[in-house]
Amino acid sequence: MNDMTVMDKTMEKQKTKIAANGVNVHYGESHAIKDVNVEIEDKTVTAFIGPSGCGKSTFLRCLNRMNDTIDICKVTGDILLDGEDIYDKRVDPVQLRAKVGMVFQKPNPFPKSIYDNVAYGPRIHGLAKNKAELDEIVEKSLRRGAIWDEVKDRLDKPGTGLSGGQQQRLCIARAVATEPEVLLMDEPCSALDPIATAQVEELIDELRSRYSVVIVTHSMQQAARVSQKTAFFHLGNLVEFGATGQIFTNPEDPRTESYITGRIG
Amino acid sequence: MSENTQNTSRYGGSLLKQSDRTRRRNAAEKRFRAYGIGAIGIGLLMLFVLVFNIVSKGTGAFQQTFVTLDVELLESKLDKNGNRDLADIKKVTTFGYSPIIRKAVETKVASLGIETNLKTKAMAGILSKDAAAQLREYVVANPDQIGETVEFRFLAQSRVDGYLKGRVIRANIANDKNISPEQLDLVDALVASGVIVKTFNLDFILGADASDARPEAAGIGVSMMGSLFMMLVVLALALPIGVAASIYLEEFAPQNWLTDIIEVNISNLAAVPSIVFGILGLAVFINYMHLPTSAPLVGGLVLTLMTLPTIIISTRASLKSVPPSIRAAALGVGASKMQSVFHHVLPLAAPGILTGTIIGLAQALGETAPLLLIGMVGFIASNPPSGIAEGLLSPNSAMPAQIFEWAKRADPAFYERAWGGIIILLIFLVTMNTVAVILRRRFERRW
Ligand SMILES: Nc1ncnc2c1ncn2[C@@H]1O[C@H](COP(=O)(O)OP(=O)(O)O)[C@@H](O)[C@H]1O
Ligand SMILES: [Mg+2]
Repeated sequence: MNDMTVMDKTMEKQKTKIAANGVNVHYGESHAIKDVNVEIEDKTVTAFIGPSGCGKSTFLRCLNRMNDTIDICKVTGDILLDGEDIYDKRVDPVQLRAKVGMVFQKPNPFPKSIYDNVAYGPRIHGLAKNKAELDEIVEKSLRRGAIWDEVKDRLDKPGTGLSGGQQQRLCIARAVATEPEVLLMDEPCSALDPIATAQVEELIDELRSRYSVVIVTHSMQQAARVSQKTAFFHLGNLVEFGATGQIFTNPEDPRTESYITGRIG
Repeated sequence: MSENTQNTSRYGGSLLKQSDRTRRRNAAEKRFRAYGIGAIGIGLLMLFVLVFNIVSKGTGAFQQTFVTLDVELLESKLDKNGNRDLADIKKVTTFGYSPIIRKAVETKVASLGIETNLKTKAMAGILSKDAAAQLREYVVANPDQIGETVEFRFLAQSRVDGYLKGRVIRANIANDKNISPEQLDLVDALVASGVIVKTFNLDFILGADASDARPEAAGIGVSMMGSLFMMLVVLALALPIGVAASIYLEEFAPQNWLTDIIEVNISNLAAVPSIVFGILGLAVFINYMHLPTSAPLVGGLVLTLMTLPTIIISTRASLKSVPPSIRAAALGVGASKMQSVFHHVLPLAAPGILTGTIIGLAQALGETAPLLLIGMVGFIASNPPSGIAEGLLSPNSAMPAQIFEWAKRADPAFYERAWGGIIILLIFLVTMNTVAVILRRRFERRW
């Protein structure tokens, strides 16, 4: 098998889930991502940090081809998910996005019931044969989203009626419901208060046991708390990528150091 | 202390006393408010004058004067052979019924002991010319009643109706060959004895238009059907086409010069005068496609052209107001573009789309100019359509066209009906707009 070699090479490491090679992204004339190479591991939380506008979100959106929805956005280079090029002509982005789920910066539940929010993905992908199975998926997903106990008595109430933190955990449950292998999160806590943030961070740590999680954050403390791997972006370049402890305590690149110590950002 | 004095000097002393500048500012504000209140006042006054005028002139049309008579359906006049053969009965024209009606009037007047030196013909002249037709219709429908005496409620002729409504006064009828003072004396006597009464007239709302000589029989009902069928055509065409076009433009189309041109043109189309659509309809639907003239189908097609831009513009606005985060959420869980639109965006935009559609329909309902050109004005349909196909294809009028037609005719009795028609049309429009406002209020979301 293709990824056996990878497994062999990295005995302690998890196997590589996503491998990006020479990725460039252009928005029309502007060059937003410059020749980025990165390997994202399975069952690991990888954090993308960097000053605002450096291309973290852009790169994250490449991983589930969300950038396809932007007309002027052009992506070149290879991004392999389990060894398969996700930008191959034969790949349908819709199928890809079921495998690579996404949680957005601002909680965006559908203006429907909590149940329907979570059940929507499984429904359109035909994951449940009947109502009982769907109920099961919804419960399991809400449990994984660490929100089941808070909403189990009001599944038919609108998801938009929850608090911000609950909404974000509902969105995570919704993303989890389609049984993805990778979860992308773009600053999932930036609209939340500190308590809700702590809850979501705890949840992210739990999610690591099942998924490969990629989280964009502008908070270095958050990256330090939740991630095992950290990638530092600056002006579209991937400046440094490595174990989180290494990046925060002993950065190799002077730009990383300046960012961490607060001199750029 | 010195700082304090400096402050006082800059802002002109105590706070308890207004400075010149503040006074001027306040005065300007007061003046501006007065202008605003004045403007609103003028607007309200005009609205009041309009409504008062319409109501005072139009309510009369909803009432009509009727004469109740016992008519002996003489076999000798209506069925000479006596075998109740419908073909024979139908051969008797309305002229054949006049003697029967005259006799009925004469009998009534005699039985009430009313003194008059009018001839029988003049006595019967207080009835509408419609009376004979009404009688004949009844006899043809119920031939077994021939030979019996039946009570009928006939329309009074329009001068008598006008006399009871105060439109016709004795001083002005010297040169009127349709009514004489003696006839009015008779009318007074019959009113006193309860034979002539003025009551609510459902036929005005449900009936068909009538010829120039019988304003008392004219109703707006059939043209209402014409309007209804036109609106059905507009709804069936403009809503799906408009919504499909908007969804494509808003959600799928790439942003380039072509879509920019389309966008500009849709806005332009919304500003094209309706008469232009009328002449386009005449050229394309009637002269080129040979669809029937005066047909609600053609009217509906023309109004569809007119309504489309309105629907497209409001649909696009309501699609735009659905936040992009909803689309992103749907795509994020692996929904296709179409699923995200149809499962999430469209339901959220639906109230706005509906509101726009209703407002578009209301505009179309009141539109008169394009109907002039395709022959829906001035046409008199005597019977309501019997089915959907006939309703779409057989010539008809429409409410505003009917109102225009009545307003054009010389007899003041028609003028009154034009105002009455306006009341009905306005009731429709106000109802539709109210529904639109309620929908918008009810389902408006704040994100
Ligand atoms: N939809 C877009 N169209 C054009 N330029 C964009 C778009 N999104 C992002 N960019 C540009 O790409 C660069 C990276 O943006 P982004 O990935 O959002 O940064 P970050 O998430 O790190 O703050 C910025 O210069 C931004 O202006
Ligand atoms: Mg960002």
